[in-house]
Amino acid sequence: MRLTCPLCGPRDRREFYYYGAADYLDRPAADAAPEAWDAYLHLRDNIAGPVRDLWYHDQGCGSWLVVDRDTVSHEMLSVRAVAEDRA
Amino acid sequence: MRIEGKGLIDRSQTLGFRFDGVEHVGFEGDTLASALLASGQRLIGRSFKYHRPRGLVFAGSEEPNGLVTVRRDGAGVPNVRATMQELHQGLEADSQNRWPSLRFDAMQVNDLFAPFLGAGFYYKTFMWPRAFWEGLYEPLIRRAAGLGRLPQEPEVAPYEKVWAHCDLLVIGAGPAGIMAALTAARAGADVILADEDARPGGRLLAETHEVGGQPGPAWVAAAMAELRDLGVRVMPRTTVTGAYDDGTFGALERVALHLARPGDLPREAFWRIVARRAVLAAGAQERLIAFPGNDRPGVMAAGAVRAYLNRWGVAAGSRVAVFTNNDDGHRTARDLHAAGIEVTALIDARADARLDAPFQVLRGAKVLGTEGRLALKSVTVETDHGTRRVPADCLAVSGGWNPAVHLACHHGARPWWREEIAAFVPPHPGKPGTVPGLIPCGAAAGVFSTAGCLADGQRAGLEALAALDRAGEPAPLPEAEDAPVRVTPLWEVRGEGRAFLDMANDVTTKDVRLAATEGFTSVEHMKRYTTQGMALDQGRGSNVAALAVLAEATGQSVPATGTTTYRPPFTPVSIAAMGAGGRGKGFAPERLTTSHRAALDRLAPMIEAGLWYRPSHFPRTGEPTWKEACDREVATVRSRVGICDVSTLGKIDVQGPDAAAFLDFVYTNTMSTLSPGRVRYGLMLREDGMVMDDGTCARLGEGHFLITTTTAAAGQVMRHLDFVAQALRPDLDLRAISVTEAWAQFAVTGPKARRLLDGILDQPLDEMAFMACRDVQLHGVAARLFRISFSGEEGYEVAVPARYGNALYRDLVARAEAMGGCAYGMEALNVLRIEKGFLTHAELHGRTTAFDLGLQGLMSRKKDFIGRAASERPGLSGPDRQQLVGLKATGRGDAVLAGAHLFPQGAEPVPMNDLGYVTSACWSPTLGLSIGLGFLRDGRTRHGERLQLLDSLRGVDVTVEVTAPVFYDPDGVRMRG
Amino acid sequence: MRYSGFKVLTEGFSGNRGWTRAWREPEPKAEYDIVIIGGGGHGLSTAYYLARNHGLRNIAVLEKGYLGGGNVGRNTTIVRANYFLPGNQEFYSHSLKLWEGLEAELNYNVMHSQRGLINLFHSDGQRDAFARRGNAMISQGDDAELLDRAAVRRLLPYLDFDNARFPVQGGLLHRRGGTARHDAVAWGYARGADRLGVDLIQNCEVTGIDTAGGRVTGVQTTRGAIRARKVGIVVAGRSGQVAAMAGMRLPVESHVLQAFVTEGLKPAIDHVISFGMGHFYISQSDKGGLVFGGDLDFYASYAARGNLPMVEHVMEAGMTLMPMIGRARVLRSWGGIMDMTPDGSPIIDRTPVEGLFIDCGWNYGGFKAVPASGWCMAHLMATGEPHEVARRFRLDRFATGHLLDEEGTGSQHNLH
Repeated sequence: MRLTCPLCGPRDRREFYYYGAADYLDRPAADAAPEAWDAYLHLRDNIAGPVRDLWYHDQGCGSWLVVDRDTVSHEMLSVRAVAEDRA
Repeated sequence: MRIEGKGLIDRSQTLGFRFDGVEHVGFEGDTLASALLASGQRLIGRSFKYHRPRGLVFAGSEEPNGLVTVRRDGAGVPNVRATMQELHQGLEADSQNRWPSLRFDAMQVNDLFAPFLGAGFYYKTFMWPRAFWEGLYEPLIRRAAGLGRLPQEPEVAPYEKVWAHCDLLVIGAGPAGIMAALTAARAGADVILADEDARPGGRLLAETHEVGGQPGPAWVAAAMAELRDLGVRVMPRTTVTGAYDDGTFGALERVALHLARPGDLPREAFWRIVARRAVLAAGAQERLIAFPGNDRPGVMAAGAVRAYLNRWGVAAGSRVAVFTNNDDGHRTARDLHAAGIEVTALIDARADARLDAPFQVLRGAKVLGTEGRLALKSVTVETDHGTRRVPADCLAVSGGWNPAVHLACHHGARPWWREEIAAFVPPHPGKPGTVPGLIPCGAAAGVFSTAGCLADGQRAGLEALAALDRAGEPAPLPEAEDAPVRVTPLWEVRGEGRAFLDMANDVTTKDVRLAATEGFTSVEHMKRYTTQGMALDQGRGSNVAALAVLAEATGQSVPATGTTTYRPPFTPVSIAAMGAGGRGKGFAPERLTTSHRAALDRLAPMIEAGLWYRPSHFPRTGEPTWKEACDREVATVRSRVGICDVSTLGKIDVQGPDAAAFLDFVYTNTMSTLSPGRVRYGLMLREDGMVMDDGTCARLGEGHFLITTTTAAAGQVMRHLDFVAQALRPDLDLRAISVTEAWAQFAVTGPKARRLLDGILDQPLDEMAFMACRDVQLHGVAARLFRISFSGEEGYEVAVPARYGNALYRDLVARAEAMGGCAYGMEALNVLRIEKGFLTHAELHGRTTAFDLGLQGLMSRKKDFIGRAASERPGLSGPDRQQLVGLKATGRGDAVLAGAHLFPQGAEPVPMNDLGYVTSACWSPTLGLSIGLGFLRDGRTRHGERLQLLDSLRGVDVTVEVTAPVFYDPDGVRMRG
Repeated sequence: MRYSGFKVLTEGFSGNRGWTRAWREPEPKAEYDIVIIGGGGHGLSTAYYLARNHGLRNIAVLEKGYLGGGNVGRNTTIVRANYFLPGNQEFYSHSLKLWEGLEAELNYNVMHSQRGLINLFHSDGQRDAFARRGNAMISQGDDAELLDRAAVRRLLPYLDFDNARFPVQGGLLHRRGGTARHDAVAWGYARGADRLGVDLIQNCEVTGIDTAGGRVTGVQTTRGAIRARKVGIVVAGRSGQVAAMAGMRLPVESHVLQAFVTEGLKPAIDHVISFGMGHFYISQSDKGGLVFGGDLDFYASYAARGNLPMVEHVMEAGMTLMPMIGRARVLRSWGGIMDMTPDGSPIIDRTPVEGLFIDCGWNYGGFKAVPASGWCMAHLMATGEPHEVARRFRLDRFATGHLLDEEGTGSQHNLH
């Protein structure tokens, strides 16, 4: 399994740390209802198919990455830096 | 028996070897299998379950019977396929799964009990009495099962793992693979050509076919020369074992297993090959026909008999019969006859078989049985005119060929059935579960003629080039045989006696039918119930026949029955190869501090702290155990001064205009109000509200902070800060970077700490407040000084660039010793911090909250921070939570023990009464008693209570007193003073 | 048909012609009292105990493929009761007790082998954590012994005591821990349920869950609609998809866990060994294969297959722990789909839909739980009340913060 880091190029999966679904990007407001926090922290669509998740180039540039990926075929559809996405 | 003038072996190079202690001679170019066959060794092993005599069936890695133990690097390596072991001088091999000898195996009585040992028999019995299962039945089964013996001695020989990258990986160097590689390499692609065999050529080495007017092997040699000139990396002895994601393939190279003296060469190397495209040209495997007695030594695959003859010059018998359902089997009879070997009959199951032959041909005939005890003597054949006996010491069987589709199916796609060749072929590219970028061709794709393979190889090469955006030219193809595939499926001849499918697991056609009768009709159920295909060869020679038998039993077609899942590895891979580099200390990196050498010089035993090594204690004469050294070191720190390397703590440098706001967001407490030159203790939560880590935060300048983490959490915290900065708070302008390895940092702690520091600082310290930090110069080196304490004494931590660490540490220890101080290690560090109630990951174990730790005061109410919302969940605070407390032993000689549980005095020690547990404990030399920290239900209200401390594991049952979690200098006078 | 050694003998003498189907192959009826979605270990044991403990008969198990085709047939077969958090400990303790009578209960030899499980430790801190665990196990009524280095050496002389990166300091021995033959567990429960009248319906995929007025009314399947008063979702590995049919999002992320088996070998490893520092555990099957595994591949996946980084890591761990293993060859690797929850513990609970129940989130510990999971799920479905040993496996515990986090890694699904 390989990811193409936008900064470092194509690298083996072992350089990266996987965090979880990109849901983690959408942190609720501090005063959001407990249900919103429960959903943010715990509940997942957990799709068998195309998903968006978060990886970290741990053994590389330290970029957090938004990865579009297929959980059935393991196809990597796209990799972008979180920082670019958020800018 | 060798045939003069045949084969690709070098008869000028004789090689002596032993099998079961008996000396034999073979030639350079032999495998152990070909040499044994040439020596007339028909019997080579005993079967798994029934201990039936078995001989070689195949000539390649699919061999189910020819498994031997080979002596290598001082121990026996079990389950080596004789067909894959190249012969070398001095090779020693032994047969397996027999006692006392191969010819007279006591366990062959199992064969007499076969009626009771059918598929799944063990699920139906051995249940009574219950104690007999572990006491009797299971040990018997275990001893009877298994094949080779795994020696207990460590594997000490070298192995390696390697990476390779290429444009195109061609798997298999037969005619199709060679042509694909030539086509791609001629167009300039970077090609790797890997083949399982020691010698490239595939079936061309085993056949008498000509290619382009020259013998097959000669054409191969010329093609290989051209490939080498084109820069193609040719990897013989390399089995591609698995297709993984994004063009990554696993491959096993047998680097030195063929050498008599391998020296320092890795025995095997495991390759990770990253290829932009791959061509699967792995060929095909012959399948057998199941008939009663088909496992007798001497019954072999027809293609293998041909391979032994043409490649190794070995006649598998002197009177050979051939049994086939397809035209390819005829070749074996013809080649044998041409080599002067008597063909006693060609038995073709097809009444309409087309063949003119100078030997007996029985059309529409089937083999009904075999005779012979340890080796074949004759076969019984059923013809239109009744049964007859045909003398034969070898029966060459061909049931057709199965394309080697495995790698094409490693991502989950199933192969599809092509009726006209009666075989499964690779799934259509692009179907779900196919391996992206993998192009099957040649026999692996169901193209069986040599001319067809050459053309299909070129087609695959061109297809790969197009995908690589390279222009490729179709070149004229050499002339070669182009016989059509003519096969009429025949899976089983039913008759008296057992017909074996999976010889490696002793699965018969009856077993498959029994499974069907009992309702195990799904192919996966049949496999699991009968163990068909679950042995060493993964059923490569038998699975298709087995599911055909199942299909017949269930009244379904073969394609409707389907196949089981194809999974890596294609052939078994040694753990030593895939785990190369892991042995001994190679398993994980070793992180050493700059004081490591100095600590070793002082004879400190080093202990693992995560990946780091840290000194346990610094023994002195007269201190028989660590305990005396630890007590002395603690007392020295409390009374004079001690030096400890604390560089393993994570250090993260945070800079930027918004650094303070950022830290306010990641810490529960506020850092923006910290003045430059000051340090504050900080608590970080995970977003789920649990404590992640604690540490100090020093403000070095207006927009410049240096934070520390615990040793264990350094990586986690860095990752977390990067996440918060990049993903959650991109509005904040800051950078954070780990500087853990850039700085060596030493604690100088104890009442004489300041006097010691004054000796090394270029400017003596004036007043330096507790929790202050500043830049200093020592010995002319720019350094940082922090007044912080993890011991409870007046303490400083001095940090210098790492390259000065060794010198500074030695200097500090020497100066300390001159003042009556000492170096102290992890044991003393732990005692000092427990006496003060400071926390480590024994307490911050991921299930504790700030509330549990009594640190609610650090949870700012004025701001949002990571973990705030989730920490407000009802389950994370309240009297049901276990809270941090101190524990004191009450009886003389009693010890508080970490891991012990706490119960009300006199209560039954059951979970309902369990109040908590001890996280850390030590003998406190300062207090003269055993103390500990622990978590106790509603603990803060229980100070002063007496509880029962129970450790059933170690037989400890004592009374302890609950206290506040600080035992020494609770007001911090000494630390601040 | 009752299985016994005598039966095997008499059948053997009469040509093995008398064996009959292990279970019927019924057509689905239009309506059942209870439908269990999922014919894996947990679904089959749920159906079995619904019939056996609660006297219910009109039950169907709907399986989209073949019985036992999920994780019950794709694991490393370890059975143990060595948990330490209240909520988990009583549940697994109960499960182990059920295991201990399972052959007699099911009249099927599941080859439960209590050969002893040893968790190795390598530092004082790990020893203390295992001591805490062992003491909890003992107070629960289960067994645990703390072994020092010498004691471990006596039991496992082939470990690398001198040179390993993380030297073995000792171990926690759980003598009643061990292994079982995984497929046989599924088949034994299937046969047992069938004999009690449960309809086991294979090749029947549920495509929808029907509700009316907040109540479950039945399911849609590839073999037609089936009405039911109560429906249990017991489909670990596919929980998210099936729950979504009822409009639920679950605290589950699906991950791949790989495992490995070597070629058959004569007895070499007599225990179950767990090497936490290397995320490595191993035992030897009765057939002789070394069965071992490691950690998740650490990315969400439904592919049921993994990649090389974890494969190599597991092999390296084996080499550092027991370098004799280098001469063994891996025959087959496989991957299972794990329901990973944010605290690593399972869910057996009601759902917001009346009459719809869920049993999921087994992380990678589901095999040993098969008996108790079925026992407790059956209790819940039959009585409407959670069984006392499973009462903390609530769906809402993440919202309330009453977590069961044995690993202490927090609400990141893949870290458990």
